[in-house]
Formats: sequence, structure tokens, C-alpha cells
Amino acid sequence: MDVILQILYIIVPASLIAATPLMLTAMGGLFSERSGVVNIGLEGLMVMGAFGGIMGTLIFEGMGFGNLSPWMGIGFAIVIGAIFSLFHAVASISFRADQIVSGVALNFLALGLTVFIVREVFDRGQTDTISARIFRTNIPVLSDIPILGPMLFSRVYLTTYIALLIVVLVWYVVFKTPFGLRLRAVGEHPMAADTMGIKVLRMRYIGVMLSGAFAGAGGAVYAVTIAGNFAAGTIVGQGFMALAALIFGKWTPFGAMGAAIFFGFAMALSTSAQQLPGFQNIPQVYFLILPYVLTIFALAGFVGKAEPPKALNQPYTKGSR
Amino acid sequence: MKNFMQGRGFNILIPLIAIFFGFAAGAVIMLFSGNNPIEGYSALIAGIIGEPYDFGETLQRMTPLIFSGLAVAFAFRTGLLNIGVEGQLIVGWFTSVYVGLAIEAPMIIHLPLAITAGAVAGALWGFVPGYLKARFQVHEVIVTIMMNYIAMHVTNSLIRTYLLDSGQRTGFINSTASLESGFLSELTQFSRLHWGFFIAAAACVLMWFILWKTKKGFELRSVGYNKNASLYAGMNVNANIILSMSVSGAFAGAGGAMVGLGTYQYANILPAFTNIGFDGIAVALLGASTSVGIFLAAFLFGGLQQGANMMQSRAGVAPELVEIIIALIIFFVASSYIIRWGLGRLTSRKGDK
Repeated sequence: MDVILQILYIIVPASLIAATPLMLTAMGGLFSERSGVVNIGLEGLMVMGAFGGIMGTLIFEGMGFGNLSPWMGIGFAIVIGAIFSLFHAVASISFRADQIVSGVALNFLALGLTVFIVREVFDRGQTDTISARIFRTNIPVLSDIPILGPMLFSRVYLTTYIALLIVVLVWYVVFKTPFGLRLRAVGEHPMAADTMGIKVLRMRYIGVMLSGAFAGAGGAVYAVTIAGNFAAGTIVGQGFMALAALIFGKWTPFGAMGAAIFFGFAMALSTSAQQLPGFQNIPQVYFLILPYVLTIFALAGFVGKAEPPKALNQPYTKGSR
Repeated sequence: MKNFMQGRGFNILIPLIAIFFGFAAGAVIMLFSGNNPIEGYSALIAGIIGEPYDFGETLQRMTPLIFSGLAVAFAFRTGLLNIGVEGQLIVGWFTSVYVGLAIEAPMIIHLPLAITAGAVAGALWGFVPGYLKARFQVHEVIVTIMMNYIAMHVTNSLIRTYLLDSGQRTGFINSTASLESGFLSELTQFSRLHWGFFIAAAACVLMWFILWKTKKGFELRSVGYNKNASLYAGMNVNANIILSMSVSGAFAGAGGAMVGLGTYQYANILPAFTNIGFDGIAVALLGASTSVGIFLAAFLFGGLQQGANMMQSRAGVAPELVEIIIALIIFFVASSYIIRWGLGRLTSRKGDK
């Protein structure tokens, strides 16, 4: 029993920590895809977010904000992410570019632009390391609960719990408010939404910019909690994994959250399986590919059919049939 | 003039405009970051054609890009977007190197066998999303993205477990499976240029032949234009989708074989994607999915990536500028609607006068 608890004390916090950036980014993807715009560019938006988070933190540190600076850095990254997502929005909504191609270009552009700036500013491939990081903390009172305390509330990042609250908030906004209804209408049947007086293109712009803001936050959270600095290799695949979580979660906030935590679990297992009794003999590669294999299964309908929003990937032209 | 605008000339004009805008934006970025664009671009050009070595390396770099571009274009002709070229290329690279290492045979058997093995591995990697698309209507884009990661992790794990020789890579392949060319290398001041370049050029012709000169190619293009009409005409749409993805994967896998058997002579543990496959999307898009266009676009992107080194050493511009230019070119080509619209406005106004 003690052994199992020891395993859980390692694996559960590690899963939640790995899942946090995925959760936030998947929420961003949800806004974009629910409005009918495919967002392959989540990866690039996360890169932008990680870059913005670190640069913002460094700037605010320099201005003497101390421990507040990583939080302000995340705020900075949210703004940067939203602005950067306009590339995708303008190309795929106004210019009717292929949404997938535009997303691919966004990923290229993010990596090129950020590393270019880093090289110009720091004269090398990575930024300085931030000194005011968001560190792991024990949550008072809750961390004293037996079993659950050490598992869920000790040595955690505050950002994880904020992300969980945001998931609830996103669910409320998307499914319980007029704005959410309009967003979903635009993604399911834009022409019907248009006849009801909803501004389709404007809703889609909002959807894509929200995806930029959330993915920016996701990338920044990863950068200021786990990475500590920014380089070309800071974000490698987390954006695509967030996209996978969104699909595996069938385009719903709680589904995506569950998928993100599960993927976080697989990631945590892949890195810490060597220390765990009973897991040493399983090759790491199985944990590494698990999220991707499961997503394919989910799409093929082996794990419940994942149905995308109906108007996904279709540019809207007013008056077209 | 109007006929020219609506006809083939227009299709050539859009990529040219996109390239122009891409470079213009690159110049603006250089200005803002305190570099001299003229210096930067002249260093870039010198880095592509300045010395025979640079030119040889450019041709070496464009070889796999041609294959990945052909792979994307081939699927695109059937209305499919193959984002999985990256993964197909990785498994092709690994498999061809494995055959190059494990088998002893005379070159005339060994080399074609290794290249074919790479192509078959890529085809299998393309078959899966094709089958899932045909059988379960799963969108190929998501499946191929997932397959990319599976390819990278699985090949890395196989190399680490079974083939690790020194550091992060396998041993060198047997010389009977090598595409290395002493002649081409010597001609270009000992660059890594290899025979694969000519195979890539031949592959361009092959794709043109399959798509435009065979009955199957007609079917594939027909499915791409209009699925329902093709079905009504009695074509097996699903079989064509699977075939298209498999052939596309085979091109990508062969591209991986060029990297493995030609450029490096080994396979290594990849910390991240090679990006050759993703660049293929840019190549195919800029080349308008035509064989000639892909060849030229691969030269442009291969050259940009090669010249970036010179741009850094001589003009002090970070090589990532090239990635920015490539990304912007993709944006502009993909947004051809607005370019068309703008040009249409310009020409119609001229017509009024």
C-alpha cells in the first residue's frame, strides 16, 4: 500500500504539472475550432507565448517587480499571443486561405520570428534564465489532508489550479452564455447564424484571437514554471498535443481537460517510469506514443466517435450556397 | 492582357508575387533589427551560388525537399492534405539505413533495395491515414500529425535499443547502399552532393507521368476535383484515396532514403523533427503542385537554407530570417484569393480607361 501511495505522490503532481499548459492551450483551440476555424497553429502560438512569457518576465524583473514579474510575463504573453494569432485570422478568415496551410505557416513564422529576435537580442540561441520563477508551493490547509493532501495540494504550481478554474469558466462561457451560443452557431452553420444577424466573420476573429490568448498563456505557463528560459527547443510538440487533447475530448472543455490530464499522465510516466517499481520494464516509447495512438483511435471511433464542428475548415463567403 | 491574367500566366504570377512580398518583408525585418538588407541579401545570394561548394550543398539540400514537395503535391491532387510527410520521411530514412546496414549484397541489388525499402516504409505510414480516411471518414490532417510523432518516437527508440553505434546515431551504412558520389563531390569542392539529386529529378518526371499520362492518374485527379462526380462516373473513390496517400508516403519515404543513404550515411536519434517534411508543404504550395514548380521551389528553399549560413557569417543576420521569409511566402501563396482580387481590381480599372 505504501509503495502505491509513494508512486501516486510522484505521478499525480507530475501529471497535473505536465497537463497545465496543455489544458490552457486546448481551451484556446476550443474557441477557435468551435467558431469553425481549424487551428494547427496552436504549436506556434504556444511558442510565441513561451517567448512572450520569458521576455515579459525578464523585462518586468528589470523594472523591479520581483516575484510579481512572472505573472505579469504571462499577461504579456497573452497579449502577444492574441496579436500574433491575427496572422492566422486575417489569412484564413478574411483572405480565405486554407486554414490548415495558414496554421502550418503560423508555426513556421512563430519559431523563425522568436528565435530570430532572441539571436538579435542575446547574440545566442537562448534567452537569459529568469530568476523570479513561479515555484512549487504547498496550499495551506488543503495540503494537510491525509493522502489527498500530499497527492494533490503539496509542491504544486498555483497555475495548475488557475487552469482548472479557467476550464470551468470556459465551459460556462461556451455553453451557458449568448456569446457561446453564437460562437458555436458560427462553427456549425454559419449561414443560419448570419441570417439571424450574427456577425460570422467577427465571431471567428474573436475565436481565433482567444485561441491566441489562451495558447499564449499555455506557452508562458510552461516557460515560467518548467523551462525557465526560452530557446528553439522549449516548445516541441506540446501545441500539437493540446490539439490532440481537444479532439480526444470531443471539442468539449471538460473532455479536453480530462484528455490533457491523461496525456500529462502519459508524459509523466515516460519521464519517471524508471524510478517506479513495476514500470521499469516497460519501454519508454510506449508512454511517449500513447497520447497520439489514443487520439487516432478516438477519431476512428474505437473510443467513441469524435465529431468536429460541422463548418470546421470552411471559409465563409456571404451569400454563397 | 485579360486572357493572360485568367490563364496560365496568372498561376505563375501568384508565386512570384508571394516570393517578392516574402523577401520585401524580410528586408523590412532586417531594417528594423539594425541590419543592412542589401548586405544581407547579397551575402545570401553569395551563400547559394558564390562557390561551387555552396551550390553543391544547395542541390544536396533541395534533393529531399523535392521528394517531400512531390509527396504533398501528389496527395493534394487527390484533394488530400498530407501533413504526415515528415513522419513518412523519418520512417523512410530509418528503414533505408537499416537495410543499408543489415544486408550484404552487390550495389546493383543493395542500393535499389534500400531505396525501395524506404519508399515502402513511407507508403505504409501513408496508408494508415488513407485507410482511416476512406473507412471511417477521419480527417487525414489530424491522423498524419499524430503519425509524425509516433514515427519519431518509434524510430528513435529502435535506434537507441538496437542500432546505436556512437553517440546518438547508427553506424555507417555499407558502401554498396550508398548514394555517395566521389565525382559530384569533387566537382563541388567536396560538398555532400550525391546521386540522389538525379533520382529526385527523375521522381519529378515520374509524378508528372503518373498524374497526367496514366488512367489511374486521371482518376486520382478526378477524385480531387469532385468526389461525387467521380463516384457517379464509377470510380472507386475510397481506393483512390488510400492509393494516393500511399504513393504520397512512398515519395516521402524515398526522400528519407536520400537523406539516409546520400547526405548522412546513417540515421540518428532525432531530438525534434527534421522539418524537411513540413517544408514540403511550402514547396508544393509555391510550386502549385506541378513537377516543374516543385523543382524550382525546392531550389529556392534549399538555397535559402544553405545561404542562411553565409548571411550569418558575413552580414551578421540571424539565419532564422530565412524561416520567417519561407513562412511569409506560404502565407502569401495561401492567401492567393486576395492577390487575385487585387490584381483583378488593377486590370479591370485599366480596362475601363
